[in-house]
This record gives sequence, structure tokens and C-alpha cells, in this order.
Amino acid sequence: MNDTTNKELISISATNDFVIRFANVNGSGSASANNLFSKAVFRLGVPVSSKNIFPSNIQGLPTWFEVRVNEQGYLGRRGGYDFVVADNGQTMVRDYNELKPGGYFFYDSSKRLPHSFTRKDVVEIGIPLTQISHANYTDPRQRQIFKNIIYVGALAYLLEMDFSVFEASIESLFAKKPKLIEPNINALKLGFSYAEEHHNNVCQLNIHRRDLNGDQILMEGNAAAGLGAVFAGATVAGWYPITPSTSVIEAFEKYCHAYRVDAQTGKNKFAIVQAEDELAAIGIVIGASWNGARAFTATSGPGVSLMSEFLGLAYFSEIPVMLMDIQRTGPSTGMPTRTQQSDILSAAYASHGDTKNVLLFPSNPKECFEMTVAGFDLAERLQTPIILMSDLDLGMNVHQCDPIEWDDDREYDRGKVLNEQQLTDLSERWGRYLDVDGDGIPYRTIPGTHPEKGAYFTRGSSHDEYAAYTEDGEVYARGMQRLLVKWDTAKTIVPQAEIVGVEGEIGVIYYGTSDYSSQEALDQLRETQVIDAMRIKAFPFGEEVNAFISGHEKVFLIEQNRDAQMKTLLINELAVNPAKIIPVLNIDGMPITAEFLVTTIQNHLDQLSITAIKQEA
Amino acid sequence: MTFVRPNFRHPENHSNEIGYSIKNYEGALSTLCAGCGHDSISAAIIKACFDLNLEPHKIAKISGIGCSSKTPTYFLGKAHGFNSVHGRMPSVTTGANMANRDLLYLGVSGDGDTASIGMGQFAHVVRRNLNMVYIVMNNGCYGLTKGQDSATADKGSASKKGVPSLFDSIDLCQLALQLGAGMVARSFSGDKQQLIPMVKAAIKHPGFAFIDVVSPCVTFNNTPQSTKGYEWVRDHLDATGTIDFIPSQSEITIDYPVGSSRKVTLHDGSELYLQKNNEDYDLTSRKAAMNRIETVKEQQKILTGLIYHNETELDTHGKIATVEKPLNALSKQELCPGSGVLDRLNSQLR
Repeated sequence: MNDTTNKELISISATNDFVIRFANVNGSGSASANNLFSKAVFRLGVPVSSKNIFPSNIQGLPTWFEVRVNEQGYLGRRGGYDFVVADNGQTMVRDYNELKPGGYFFYDSSKRLPHSFTRKDVVEIGIPLTQISHANYTDPRQRQIFKNIIYVGALAYLLEMDFSVFEASIESLFAKKPKLIEPNINALKLGFSYAEEHHNNVCQLNIHRRDLNGDQILMEGNAAAGLGAVFAGATVAGWYPITPSTSVIEAFEKYCHAYRVDAQTGKNKFAIVQAEDELAAIGIVIGASWNGARAFTATSGPGVSLMSEFLGLAYFSEIPVMLMDIQRTGPSTGMPTRTQQSDILSAAYASHGDTKNVLLFPSNPKECFEMTVAGFDLAERLQTPIILMSDLDLGMNVHQCDPIEWDDDREYDRGKVLNEQQLTDLSERWGRYLDVDGDGIPYRTIPGTHPEKGAYFTRGSSHDEYAAYTEDGEVYARGMQRLLVKWDTAKTIVPQAEIVGVEGEIGVIYYGTSDYSSQEALDQLRETQVIDAMRIKAFPFGEEVNAFISGHEKVFLIEQNRDAQMKTLLINELAVNPAKIIPVLNIDGMPITAEFLVTTIQNHLDQLSITAIKQEA
Repeated sequence: MTFVRPNFRHPENHSNEIGYSIKNYEGALSTLCAGCGHDSISAAIIKACFDLNLEPHKIAKISGIGCSSKTPTYFLGKAHGFNSVHGRMPSVTTGANMANRDLLYLGVSGDGDTASIGMGQFAHVVRRNLNMVYIVMNNGCYGLTKGQDSATADKGSASKKGVPSLFDSIDLCQLALQLGAGMVARSFSGDKQQLIPMVKAAIKHPGFAFIDVVSPCVTFNNTPQSTKGYEWVRDHLDATGTIDFIPSQSEITIDYPVGSSRKVTLHDGSELYLQKNNEDYDLTSRKAAMNRIETVKEQQKILTGLIYHNETELDTHGKIATVEKPLNALSKQELCPGSGVLDRLNSQLR
């Protein structure tokens, strides 16, 4: 046993504000135990965020699960950890060494710790997990699974968590397999009792019941996007498996099986086609959209690269496309199980020739749902590809957010599509690419609509207003310029940037999953200075984005990529002075932290001659 | 093609049962080279659709890139067409078919489009047994880029450049057979007697119907040394038998000597009459079909005709059990679960 009375040791003491890291071996069943823990925190009314840091592997490699408990509601990654559950021999040295001074090292004491574990500034909490598990279970798989539940039970004691929350969680988790309830609760109790008996008063971290979570939910961004596609009326999904996007389609399929099966016939009101590659996946989407269905695909950076040729076809021949890019760490295969915001440019300008695609930047699962729904409307309204720029952090981690809402009166915007009657009533000649309304958006027709009118030849080759092939440079140029008129229309209907404050000289810009940590960092930075903020939600940029940048002396641009890709996009698309924009970049594949942001931005501010001192009211 | 199609039509030029004349099935004037085999295939498609009384607007013509993929402009002007991306017609057609199972999907491709850049997509659309007609206008060369050998150019065959192809060719019929196509056929653009009924049978086939049409490129690959030239093909044809297509409920006027013909009844009651040649085999046997292709190949000949026919496999919609109503016709009421469901989901996520 560790000598917790060591006078040099000042153990960390905190209520509802700390980070606990679980170090596990992947494929060992730890994920469900760890989720049980974080959900219990949430159900105790305390805001929680969890990050699954996993390998590109199915079994046997290290995986970590980081849970931040924070009653102030900061849900970004904090950095560092105060408590570690060291359940992986491969990483134990590292997990031990990186623990914050005063932190708690929870390990399986069935084996003695190596002699090299000599830190005096950590509290060691040994619980013989393997021994307890072996003494109580005979089946090898059960021994492994319940070992995980035993440590959760021990945590419940150590962190003074209300045990009834765990019991209720287990009961709802296994509502459909009730015979698993009892053994799981017993496993929890085994850990709880052992900790109570041997580690009384050792841990100064605790989680006490609050009522801070209101009606919020816990959800993964990918599940929300998949659900959004169901609500938006998507019927066709073409896809190819790629981490971290696969769970979007899995969620779509799950919810379709729940809500899209015809009660009378048992037949499906959806078609999910697992394609041979990403090229075929986007081809399926384009074919289905062309034929009047709402269709989508989900992929990651490598998939976007493969889809680029087809995206150009959709842009130029004006076919709606809903594409979800769940970004991961590139280039090439990169770190496939780590997060990044590094497809900004490749998505914005995907394809050869002059192309631009509409991008949407969700920051939380609720927005994944909403922007997916909006994305289908935008795709059909604008007859162009819409790319939802999520990332691994948002897509695959469980996030706490406001409940998802749906207005039953909301109608789908199917855009400018001529139906049979409208075609019959047409007196003038219809042109597929004729800008009748001056918004750059022509009217389209769906195959099979009318026996005599509205048929045309869709092509990626240059075409005139009537969809006829042309090599007339002027006609071609006219079409390309008209696409820019449409682009201007897009600026007025995509989600506007969210702006907080316009009075200061310093601004901070961020987008996507940098939202959580940016807000936390801003709260700290604003204690001593005035800093305005803008969260970009879409590309093309509205006038408000230009105004925000123009209105500030300096703007910090927070991104999770190496090359400040959003900066390039802003400079390229807006008449802004590049020298104004100071990139704040994180590229290690881990979600950006508030600590990093505060340090980096404050260092810059200290060097700037601009006074950003808070004016007293 | 460099000709002007006359507006004048013979006054007795009749309409079909739905009141359309053949003109209603035509498209824009062809811009392919005069004598191009592809134009004959377009004409066969036009005639087949006319004879079958198909509503032109209920057909979707989809192609990739290349000379062959230009042809959908030259037939069925009242139908929507989609000239997509090189080698990617199968995926676009898959998506279109998923969206609306009620249209006829006519996929047109070439040997470059299918056997090279689009090989992967071809393989997988066959596997899915997508309900479509897939026609390859096969001339063994890349016409639009001026005559390079394609992957179906036979080893030793020489195009206009006179350099014999060094590599083994890909036999798309064998590939389609291996991958599970329900109907596999080969024809020759110069043999409309065979091609027209074959296209009809393909249209009626409730699944993936593949027709490889040898279609000489008069400009780049019509040399005496080319196995895709008119001369060679005419001299080396070995047909499985002549074909007649009899739509359901039509009077059968063909009279074959007893024992010389075989009747194949299609799912909708239409009938195919195959006049047997000397080498008869079981059309529903993949192994026999493969064997026949190989045997004829050993004889330095090209097997044409209906090579394989089997309607038992479910098409993609059948396999994934979609509703009968086209997915693109489902309303918000039929698709959106509504706020009540969301309320329940939210509570499950707490």
C-alpha cells in the first residue's frame, strides 16, 4: 500500500472538476464499462465529456478513454489527468509518469507494481481486479468483462458517487437482457466493497450530485447525422466503410430499421448500398439524386479524394449531393483513429477545374442532426454538393448537448423541380440551365415525369442553357459565371456565422469541434481583456464573416490542421488582409485543449503592441 | 454520322400500340464517324423499344465516357440521359435504379469504359444483379483518343497503327458469367437480325442483362489484321442460333421445323425462339456457357447469340427488400418519423 500520509504528497482535491483517464487494451470490453462510468456522471447532473482515444486495430493495442468531469460545463478536452485507471500493462509506465502530481494511480494489484514505480507525488490505489474477478467468475470472457465492471464499482466508492445511479444504468442498459442485470450489479458491488474496505478516505476527488444537465442528451455526432438523414427523408445511401465515418451509415441503417419499414409489407423504405469503393459510393448518390431521391454518403478524407472527380460532375451538371466528411488525421492514411480538421481545402475545392463546394461545420451532435437536415434542403435548393465537415472527435465520441428537436410542420425544400403539370403548362421553351429567376439556380426535371417535355441530357461536358453540348467558349463561360451567381445565392441561405461581441480590437475565429475549448479559453482570456468571437458555420462565407475580420485589428484563427486551411480559404474568398490573421493550430490528432489556446493566444497578445485591456464599466 | 436524316417518312409508316412512330424513339443526329458500328446498335435499340411499345420517357439512358457513351444522345430523345464519368456508369445507374425501380435503365458503355477504367464498377454492378440492360459497344480500341488498344483487343490483333497487341484480351461475357449475370449475350453490330431481338430480351430480363456487341471502329480498328474489324468478325462468327423475340400475347408466326428450335419463356410471358445450330447446350448452365465460349475461341471464332439465360436470381431491390413504390415517390409523411419519435429517442439518450 502506498503511504498516503506521506507529508510531501499533497493529493489533488476536487469536487466535480477533474479528468480521469482509463488505460485499457482494445477489444477487452472496456468501452462499455467506461461508458457506464461517464453516463453515471451525466446522470448525477454533472456535465461530462469523454474522449475515446483508440488505435487503428481490433484487438490487443492500447486504448484510452478520457473523461472530463466539469460542473462549470466546459466540455472540451482539458489536457492532463488527475486520476488514471491503469488497466494496460503495455502503457502502465507512461500512464504512471504522465499522471499529474498529486494525482491518483489506480491499478490492478493482483500483480505487484514494478520497482521503477517510485513517484512520491502520486497516490497509488491498488485493487486486485484480476483476483477478485477470478474468485467470483469461471468463464474467461466473463472474468474479463466483469473485471472492467469491478473497477467501475470501485470508482463509485472512491469518487463518492451515488451507487443507485449505476444500478439504474445497468437496469436500463440490460432491459432487454434482464438476466445480465444481477451479475453486473454484483460486479459493481465487489469493486465498491473492496475499495470501501481498503481505501477508505484515500481519494480527494469526488463527484457529487448536481442538477446542471437539464434536458440535455448524450450522443455521438455520427449517430445524430445518421438520424438527421432519416428525418430529412433520405432514401438512398451509397457508402464504403472508412473510419471514422462508418458509424454514420450504421446509425442510418439502425434508425431506418426502426422507423422506415413498411408495417404492412415488411419492406424497406430505404436502400443502403455498400459500394465497391468511394467512387461508386458517390456515383450512387449522384444517380439517385439525379433521379429525384434524397441520397447521401459518408466518408473521410481519403474518400473525399477519391470522390473528387464525381464531385466536379455534380457541381458542373448541377446535381444535389449530400456528403458527410468525418475528418481524420491526414495526409494519406495518416492517423486514421485520430481527429483533425484537415480536409477544409480539399473539400471546398474538390475536383479539377473551377469548382467550389458548400461546406457546413457542425460543433456538436445537435448540429450534426440539424445541419444534415439543412444540408439536404440546401443540396436540392442549390443543386450542388453540400459537404458536412464533421470530424472524428465529434463523430465518434459521445457528446453532451441540447436535445434534438423536430418541427412536424417543417416541409422538405425539394428545390426547383418541375412536376408533370408545371411542364405541361410551360409555354416558353424550358432550359435545364437557364437562369429564369436571376438567382443562378435553374429548374430541373426528374426522369419519367412527362412524356413529351423536360427530357434532357445530363453531362459533365460543357453545355448550353438547354443542356446541349457546346464547345463555344462564350457559352461555356456564361455557364461558369452563372454558377458564381448561384454561389452568391448560397451565401445568403447557408447558416450564418455566430458572433459574440464586436466592440474589441481582438477577435477569435473558430469552427467545428474547436468550439468547446475555444469557449473555455475565451472565458479565461476575457478575464483580463476584451475579445470578440466568431464561430464559422458554413462556406461560402456570408458578409458577416468579412465584416468581423475587417472590424478587428487582429484575429486569431483556431484550427486543427497544420497549414491553417481555413485561413487560406478566408484569404482566397474574402478581401481580407492576411497579416491580420494569426493562426492557432493544433495538429497532434487529439482534440484541441483550452489550456493550449489560452497559452498560445496570451503569448501572442503579450507580444502585440495592441492594448486589449478590459475597460471598466 | 455524316448524313441528314430526312423529315419525310413513308405515309404508311405505322405507329406502335401506344401511338408512337419510330421517329419518337430517335434522338439527335449522330456525330460518330460514317460507318461506325455504334450507330447500328443505336438503331437496334430504337427498333427494340418501338417494337416493345415502351414509353420513351420511362427509360433512363446512362453512359460513361467515350465514343460509345456518346450514343445515348442519338436515340430516345424523349428519355432522360446521363453522360456521367469515365467508367462510372454502373454506380450512377445503381443509384438511379435505387431511386426509382419503375424506369427501364439502359446502360451504354464501351470496352475502355468497362474493361479498363470501369472494370471494378462493372464487376460490382453485375454482382448486385441490378435490373438494367448493360450494352458494351466493343471495338477493341479507344476511338476518342485516336485508336490506342483497349483491354478487349485480342493478343496479336493489330489496329491502324499496325502494331499487334501484346496482351491477352478480356472477354467481358466470360467475366459477366463468372460474376453472376442473369443474361449474357454477344452480338455484332452488323447483325441486326440477331441484335434487335437480343436487345428486346435484355429489356425484358428482370435483372442484369449484359450484351457485348462487337462494333467495329471504322477509323482506327477496321484493318484486316484486327479481330474487331468488319472483315474478320464476319468471317469468324459462330452464333448460338438465330433469335426471335415474341412479346407476350402476340401471335406466334414463326414456324420452325420440329426439333430445330427451342423456346425460352420470359417472366412476363414473352417468348424467345432460338433456332439451334449444330452445337446445342443448356442455356441455363453457366458451366456449359463458359465451355462453349472457350470452345469457339479455340476455333478462332467469336461466339454470338444468347449465351446464358437465367431469371431465378432476385435483382438488387429484391435482395435488399425495398418497397414496391419508387423511393423517389415517397412523401415526407412516409419517410419522417416525426417529433414523437424524437422525444422518445432523446429520453433514451439521457
